Amino acid sequence: MNYHWNWHIFFEPSPTGTGDYLDMLLSGLLLTIETALCAWIIALTSGSIVGVMRTLPSKAASWFGFAWVEFFRNMPLLVQLFIWFFVLPELLPPSWGLWMKQMPNAPFYTAAIGIGLFMSARVAEQTRAGINSLPRGQKLAATALGLTTAQTYRYVLLPMAFRIIMPPLTSEFLSTIKNTSVAITIGLIELTGAARAMQEFSFQVFEAFTGATVLYLLINIVVVIAMRFLERSLAVPGYITGK
Amino acid sequence: MFANFDFDVIRRSLGYLFFDGMTFTLTLTGLAALGGLIFGTLIALMRLSGLTVLGRVAGLYVDLMRSLPLVLVIFWFYFLVPYIGQWVTGSSRPIHVGAFASSLVTFTIFEAAYFSEIMRAGIQSISSGQPGAAQALGLTYGQTMRYVVLPQAFRNMLPVLLTQTIVLFQDTSLVYVLSIPDFLGAASKVAQRDGRLVEMYLFAAIIYFIVSCFASFGVRRLQARIAYVH
Repeated sequence: MNYHWNWHIFFEPSPTGTGDYLDMLLSGLLLTIETALCAWIIALTSGSIVGVMRTLPSKAASWFGFAWVEFFRNMPLLVQLFIWFFVLPELLPPSWGLWMKQMPNAPFYTAAIGIGLFMSARVAEQTRAGINSLPRGQKLAATALGLTTAQTYRYVLLPMAFRIIMPPLTSEFLSTIKNTSVAITIGLIELTGAARAMQEFSFQVFEAFTGATVLYLLINIVVVIAMRFLERSLAVPGYITGK
Repeated sequence: MFANFDFDVIRRSLGYLFFDGMTFTLTLTGLAALGGLIFGTLIALMRLSGLTVLGRVAGLYVDLMRSLPLVLVIFWFYFLVPYIGQWVTGSSRPIHVGAFASSLVTFTIFEAAYFSEIMRAGIQSISSGQPGAAQALGLTYGQTMRYVVLPQAFRNMLPVLLTQTIVLFQDTSLVYVLSIPDFLGAASKVAQRDGRLVEMYLFAAIIYFIVSCFASFGVRRLQARIAYVH
């Protein structure tokens, strides 16, 4: 192979003037984590609400939940980001559109909201599956005790459902982190974007991508360990979910 | 809001969008799904082979692919494939690899990790009495897999495999980062040439939505039929 390896490239100053190439990758890592956390908050809240709506007896609520999930699940994430970033400002009243275009950090907000909504469809499906996996007796017993629907969900169904879906939610969170890389297309310099920039500035293709790969693996390991810990500390004794 | 919409730009570019763009997207999806299934099945067999080293290697491969974002993997292979080609053909310089071949290699290798997890679940869903019975009949390991286990595993997992293929269909849009004219890339090229981002991106979104909706509707019907047969 006639590729010129240079692993010291990480400690050479980058042309952005803010330290060396390693700093560049690390600031990308930070942005990846920030975007992923914001997106995850949006995905988890809206996804849980939509997932609960799909299990409610109300026809309108479950139809809304169904429409939400199908809408955000059947378009590629990249296309959704383009719609939020390029199309939405044009369809709004001109003054709003202008405000959106001039907003500082627009790629960050677009990515956080766009990825959040995209993932919310998946979280909703998991929440629904979790609630439906509970024995029917739980809901019936709660009703027999005189709990309202809201109370049934708050005190009986959701605490168990969320514990059950903890492992799939972990992988959805990992997907959220990975999906932030799609925001490179709207100009967000997250970890993949930083590696790409490093590759373009330094011509050290494989070192740059190896650096990003290692950092992604590290995030994955940290998240998996943290979630396993969380799962264990939330486990209800006597249930298999606590294993 | 839609007053200054130019629907003509869509009509004018329909041929390019579908004959070039959509053909690229669908061919890539189909071939990558097929390749991913073949390699994925091999990886699943490696993981279930009971040979420690083989299983460990396959497990590492799957974990590595599943922890990396597809965009990064696309970049990796875009630069790596010419060197792999050089190594395979033994030429003196990195060979030139076209956009399609490069994306096909990327998606096959990436999707193999995901398909292998599905096939592993499928193989494990076959009760252990069946390979036992096959062995008692004198079938070799290869024959057991070929005639007894894999056909059933594949049939049981068909809905999941097809759902993963729909995800793959959507994911192929990410070749956009290499400026390859797949369906979205073609739409984006027209959009930027004519300054018609709104029309082209909305149109692309609608087409992706319709195709995915129909496909997942089909999968759901198939699932219902399979469940009924059981």
